[in-house]
Amino acid sequence: MKENIFDVAIIGGGVAGAAIARKLSSYDCTVSLLEKECDVSFGVSKANSGIIHGGFHHGPGYLKSRLEVQGNRMFDQLEEELHFPFKRCGIVVAAFSEEEMKTVQQLYRNGEANKIVGLELCNRARILELEPKLNRDVVGGLYAPAGGIIEPYRFVFSLVESAVKNGVQLRTEFEVVTAERTNGYYDIRSSTGDKILSKWVINAAGLFADRVSAVFKAEEFRIIPRKGEEFLLGRNCSSRPNHVIFPVPGAVSKGILVIPTVEGTTMIGPTAREQESKDDFSTTEENLNQVFSSARRLIPSLSQREIITSFAGLRPALKSGDFYIGISGKRPNFVQVAGIQSPGLTAVPAIAEYVKDLLKKDGLVLTEKIDYDPAIPDQPRIRYADNNEIDSLVKKNPAFGRVVCRCESVSEAEIVAAVRNGHTTLDGVKFYTRAQMGKCQGGFCTDRIVKIISRETGMDIVSITKRGRGTYLARNKIGDFEVKDENSIV
Amino acid sequence: MKTVSFDTLVIGGGASGMAAALAVAEEGWKVAIVEREESLGGILHQCIHNGFGLHYFKEELSGPEYAERFSEMVESSNISVYLNMTIMDIVKEGDGLTAFGLSMDPGMVRFKVRTVVFANGCRERNRGNIGIPGTRPSGVFTAGLAQRLVNLEGLVPGKECVIVGSGDIGLIMARRMSWIGAHVKAVVEIQPNPAGLTRNIVQCLNDFDIPLYLSHVVGNIKGKDRVEGVDVIPLENGIQQRDKMFSIDCDTLLLAVGLVPDNELARKIGVALNQETGGPVVDSTLMTGIEGVFACGNLLHVHDLVDFVTEESFRCGTFVSGFLKGKRPEKQYKTNPGKNVKYIVPNHYERIRENRFYMRTLIVKNNALLSVKVKGTEIYSKKLRHIQPSEMIQFSLTEEDFKLIKEEGPMEVSIE
Repeated sequence: MKENIFDVAIIGGGVAGAAIARKLSSYDCTVSLLEKECDVSFGVSKANSGIIHGGFHHGPGYLKSRLEVQGNRMFDQLEEELHFPFKRCGIVVAAFSEEEMKTVQQLYRNGEANKIVGLELCNRARILELEPKLNRDVVGGLYAPAGGIIEPYRFVFSLVESAVKNGVQLRTEFEVVTAERTNGYYDIRSSTGDKILSKWVINAAGLFADRVSAVFKAEEFRIIPRKGEEFLLGRNCSSRPNHVIFPVPGAVSKGILVIPTVEGTTMIGPTAREQESKDDFSTTEENLNQVFSSARRLIPSLSQREIITSFAGLRPALKSGDFYIGISGKRPNFVQVAGIQSPGLTAVPAIAEYVKDLLKKDGLVLTEKIDYDPAIPDQPRIRYADNNEIDSLVKKNPAFGRVVCRCESVSEAEIVAAVRNGHTTLDGVKFYTRAQMGKCQGGFCTDRIVKIISRETGMDIVSITKRGRGTYLARNKIGDFEVKDENSIV
Repeated sequence: MKTVSFDTLVIGGGASGMAAALAVAEEGWKVAIVEREESLGGILHQCIHNGFGLHYFKEELSGPEYAERFSEMVESSNISVYLNMTIMDIVKEGDGLTAFGLSMDPGMVRFKVRTVVFANGCRERNRGNIGIPGTRPSGVFTAGLAQRLVNLEGLVPGKECVIVGSGDIGLIMARRMSWIGAHVKAVVEIQPNPAGLTRNIVQCLNDFDIPLYLSHVVGNIKGKDRVEGVDVIPLENGIQQRDKMFSIDCDTLLLAVGLVPDNELARKIGVALNQETGGPVVDSTLMTGIEGVFACGNLLHVHDLVDFVTEESFRCGTFVSGFLKGKRPEKQYKTNPGKNVKYIVPNHYERIRENRFYMRTLIVKNNALLSVKVKGTEIYSKKLRHIQPSEMIQFSLTEEDFKLIKEEGPMEVSIE
């Protein structure tokens, strides 16, 4: 049972939990990362817009802005070590009236107070020079060259891969249901009866951070799910901007953005609507129309004809609007990392540092590992390679020569790498490789991917799922009958 | 990187690619077919139902049988076939074209060719394309993917099924799902008329007591992990009647909502596309806007019968051969879709030889009249017993027809 005893248990395999796990993996302590879904990033993080924010939306009074500014600066080194898709394409805020320009000036002052470098107040000519596809009614705006875009799930996968490489134990399908503290350890049980013991616990449970806090009898608070619907337009979209385009923000959210994703598609959204349910990810026609009319105010040429898919995510918001990161006042050795919504993704590298410092201050002895290796291997991908490079990849591993997903040019070698990295569902493979993410949305490659997963894992095809429990692809094989009662076969 | 040279590279080894390649090779040219899958035949492999070949072979074949007849012809020709290979890129180089094909063995291959034929078919429209709102559970499949899972992988996608779209693919899958023990609860069609052939309505729906909801749409998908049901909304004069919405419980939703030419590669090299067909704009010899690059089959426009794909692709191969001999079209004029016509292919014609046209109408009508006019003067007309958007219409005009009139210029085709 020794392997089930840890110094630190992190609850939640989203981007916050993953970043904290990786940070702690550089020290001599045993860490377990617990995720209730069948893969990491399958909660809040997978539907993130992927913006690396520019540090101007809020002034330094907020914890979230301080961490955002620090976090932003850490991404270049992270990319070098972890090879997730990241580009500092810059952010443009477009104002359409003198009134909006006043808000833009406030954003500029926020940025200055946060000591952001390169921030630029722009007149109409300058903003149109930066972004010629903008609505000609634009009167000016703000340019933040340090803003950027990443693929959020790839970032989480890389963080976890690095953490696991350095000794973190990942437990998926581990939904924490009870926790008792005895003899200096939390005895943590999952819904399926698994058990671990841990001296310290970090609650990074995203949407369910309130529930986890209650399980541990720690602080009472409420996570308010705020839905964001996003629409994805295909590659070669003629309306794709050069920068992330923001409107001038409103009171609740940063508004509907037009995002040129790192991988070449264009995304518009998200909406922002509070709801009760934590598992309602549905999209509606009304919101589609709302998103498009807002996005067209920024870039009029955007066309609904280019939509390839849509999805919704839930932000784990707190009433305060700020992050809630701190040592619990009610329970020993318990750290709250809650309310990590926008700009959470940008801030997480700094959040991980911050949490590490909190743990240290509270008595966890952290000695740096001598053999800590921050880098993970860069998985070659044929869509990034030229024809000669692909040819030499195939010479080393023929599986690079079999194109499984034609829309996104994904080879069998990349699918195999995903599966061998533990991503054994269709969505896991999709987020790791982009196969099924293109124009045909898996119409041509789903059956090929299922066969590769089955071959690599030994799983029967009928037990392969889209994203874990209940999301099966096929009920059974033709000829397999279920006997309902003695007189009938179904 | 290995380099090979051919007169013609045919992209796609389905019905279209095989016919085009055979026609070019027959004239003695050196031809290569590049096919992504492990055998020739394309989508025909998964179409195990019959009804193929009635026009071309004058007998009723299944999809795989139709494919086999052609792959045998290809095998006994001197066409070079590259299987398990995907064309990644094409560039213009000097007088010719260079294409890059990727396979496991021998890796990347450089094809130096004089002509290219795009014959890589079409893909299915999906949920994102038609924007069905709701949740995103497992169990939503395009009909073609479901067909592949059933017919090639031997899987039962689900037990209780709703199908969107009453085109032939939707109807065939309704029957197929019933045969594997699923309960097909409804076929939902947005149009007021069924889109598929009458024989398929009878054999695939009526024989299995499957209700067909005309003028209805699926307006919402429900279910967290797996599909649990759909909301169906009636249309009146094209407007959704939400107060008359009803739900159907099901674990599977199949989408048979149309096909679009798979033209990403063609578009990448700068081939101009037709907004109506989604395929390349072609001249009277089925050549795209790029010299030496041709298109045929479902990549050019979506056909309703494979026999027509074969016919068009043979013709394309003959044009390619002519091009290789140095033949270039004479003076060409545009073909314009007129009243009630969705599109007409090819987009140009010549006066000095036989021209064959494929077209689709926008309307449903009995006893319609097709009329072809050049500068207002009717050159050809044809009575059509029944027309509907899902059925392709074809006609030919010969040199003799054009001699009847003095007018020269763009041709307008209309239907009344």
